[in-house]
Amino acid sequence: METLERIIAEHPFFTGLDRDFIALLVGCASNVHFKAGTYILKEGDPANTFYLIRGGRVAVEVVAPQHKPIIVSTLSVGEILGWSWLLPPFQWKFHARAAEDTRAIALDGKCLRIKCEENHDLGYEILKRFAQIMEQRLDATRLQLLDVYAVGR
Amino acid sequence: MTLTTTTEPMVSQPYVVCGVAKETPDTFTLTLEPEKENDRSLFQPGQFSMLWVFGVGELPISISGQALQRDQLVYTVRSVGQATHALVSQKVGDGIGVRGPFGTGWPIEAARGHDVIVVAGGIGLAPLRPVIYHVLLNRKQYGRLTVLYGSRSPRDLLYRRELSSWARQPDTQVLVTVDYGGLSWRGHVGVVTTLFKYARLQPARSIAMVCGPEIMMRFVTRELETHGLKREDIYLSMERNMKCAIGFCGHCQYGPYFICRDGPVFPYENIRTLLEKYEL
Amino acid sequence: MITVAEEQRRILHADELQKLIERLSCKGYETIGPIVRDGAIVYERIESAAQLPAGWTDEQERGCYRLKRREDQALFGYAAGPQSWKRYLHPAEVRLWSAERRGGTFQILNNEMRPKHRYALLGVRPCDLAAIKIQDRVLIGDKYRDAIYEGLRQDVFIVAVQCTRSAATCFCASMGTGPRAQSGFDLALTELIGPGGHRFVVQTGSNRGVEVLADLQTAPAADADLREAEAAVERASVEQVRSIDTAGIKDLLYQNFDHPRWDNVAARCLTCANCTMVCPTCFCTAVEDVTYVSSDQAERWRRWDSCFTLSFSYIHGGNVRTSGKARYRQWMTHKLASWIDQFGTSGCVGCGRCIAWCPVGIDITEEARAIREGNDHGNT
Repeated sequence: METLERIIAEHPFFTGLDRDFIALLVGCASNVHFKAGTYILKEGDPANTFYLIRGGRVAVEVVAPQHKPIIVSTLSVGEILGWSWLLPPFQWKFHARAAEDTRAIALDGKCLRIKCEENHDLGYEILKRFAQIMEQRLDATRLQLLDVYAVGR
Repeated sequence: MTLTTTTEPMVSQPYVVCGVAKETPDTFTLTLEPEKENDRSLFQPGQFSMLWVFGVGELPISISGQALQRDQLVYTVRSVGQATHALVSQKVGDGIGVRGPFGTGWPIEAARGHDVIVVAGGIGLAPLRPVIYHVLLNRKQYGRLTVLYGSRSPRDLLYRRELSSWARQPDTQVLVTVDYGGLSWRGHVGVVTTLFKYARLQPARSIAMVCGPEIMMRFVTRELETHGLKREDIYLSMERNMKCAIGFCGHCQYGPYFICRDGPVFPYENIRTLLEKYEL
Repeated sequence: MITVAEEQRRILHADELQKLIERLSCKGYETIGPIVRDGAIVYERIESAAQLPAGWTDEQERGCYRLKRREDQALFGYAAGPQSWKRYLHPAEVRLWSAERRGGTFQILNNEMRPKHRYALLGVRPCDLAAIKIQDRVLIGDKYRDAIYEGLRQDVFIVAVQCTRSAATCFCASMGTGPRAQSGFDLALTELIGPGGHRFVVQTGSNRGVEVLADLQTAPAADADLREAEAAVERASVEQVRSIDTAGIKDLLYQNFDHPRWDNVAARCLTCANCTMVCPTCFCTAVEDVTYVSSDQAERWRRWDSCFTLSFSYIHGGNVRTSGKARYRQWMTHKLASWIDQFGTSGCVGCGRCIAWCPVGIDITEEARAIREGNDHGNT
């Protein structure tokens, strides 16, 4: 049975993070499961958790009037779900639904925010990693926006 | 290595449509047979033909079938304008003029003993399919085969049954994603670069072949380099206006290259500085 | 081609040109030579030496071409006119083949790839001779051979004319293509007009040239004649006012894709394509498929095209080179730089036609200089 500490240390998001910081995070962490079809988080709700995905697939969705939900991206093993817990107003901007049975580590956002304020070195390590994720997602989103396969651009 | 035609290169040879398959609402695969028994065209994966519809015009279309199948030529065509619309509207028994094959092919020889990474965007999978066929037919000569394929939406995916069957081949990984998912799509949603993190790559032993819209190829190449591939192990297929396909009309020039003759397949290193140039 | 020692040069009297044209006609050649028409010296079929532009010269500057009367009756006392020999060797419109629809399929009919002409070109300037060699490399010196060009080219009889006078737009000396032709001709003439009489120093450049010359009356060339000819050609070289510094020009243009000078020239260029039409080395063509009302007949034609047209670079979705800037840059970079990578020489022979025939007077030598000097010169 793997300890939470090991699972967190081995997740790609936390590669290279100091052992001491990982120990700090364990206190905020728990194992979670979502059956396929369950909503993990909903737009507008307070954002106080982030998830390290260990298995399955999550669909990030947008709901609009007259539309059924539109999937804007999918996230899978080794990725993280949610960064709105990190920045004010700490509110989810999208829905996230388990597209398949999904296993994850849930990290308590409120708890983490306090720890990052107390320990700026930990805060910097967390923010560095999120900045990289955001850059990758921004690049991918821009490419998606370009709609390169459409005809007659 | 390219193959030159044996007949007058500007004269279209009559071929007959013997199969039309609908891949997506706007994309069809045509199978052609030569009218004359002894007209056989061998081609290298990556090469293209000039296809002529009587009374409409002529277009460069990549050959999309099995390279060693001497008696048929297969083309997947997307209807985007008058000439392509005419092509996809052909029926079994109709005649189409064929010139070629022209151009440089994918480095299937150089890739022997290596892992092969095929990255395709949209209709870009069509010119790469002959590579996949070749690797699967000569499985022991190649290492891992990874196919990363991105399309606009699920209904724009090409060769869906083949994608599933390729995924079941030994030492082969096929990952598919769409830009826009829709309701019943259960797979990945996101641009093709987002598939890289799920691919089991061995960059030091890999050769990558990329085809799709130019923007997509630039993003993909960056991603390949980030994942450790060397520039000289990445190949792209480029596209420009073509009229003659034999290096005389001047239309397909891309910097110092004639895409019909020095391409369409280029080692990334040769065109790296050209890709960044606006309106080249 | 045989190389010619000085003692093999002869003197041909100007009156003998008529006989030259007749001899060529007897041998089955259609002679194309210069005539005055529409205020310019152009190349047309001629049957008589009387049609040659005796006593005419040209004054050329940016965006300007005028014919002027000379004080003598020199037959070749001008530089380059608006046409070049590509009009004949690389024709502007050629039907490649025709086809007939039969049931669901079609059949290619009369595959007429070779228009049948046997041309004798009279009055080929060294720059134009260099241009012919360049087109040889492009059209029959590469992986595929242009059968039309090959058919017209292999039988061509070339009577070159060494230049004894340069126009202000000429810069062949700096391009290494003139004003003297060394080889590639069957006969070469240097015109002398003065106290010694109206005559030509004639060199042979091939066995065919020797044969034709043997039918004409010639006299041995005296040292004085040879020196006079030499001096005249030297003068033509020295008096050139324009030049392009070709040292490292390929890398210069490749590395200056974003030079501000391109914006400067783009503000003036009309993308009218005149330069590509008058340029003796421009070879781009378009292939057009044509059908008739009956729609059972189709033809494939080849026509001259220009990289200055918007649709030249069209691929589905739009044009790659939308701006005039991109198109001017493509033309000039191809001509002076990419051509070297593609074919081993510059594409420019320094004939100066593009300078004279540009309606806004863009001067390729000035543009090259501006990019080299790294300055954005104001429009003068």
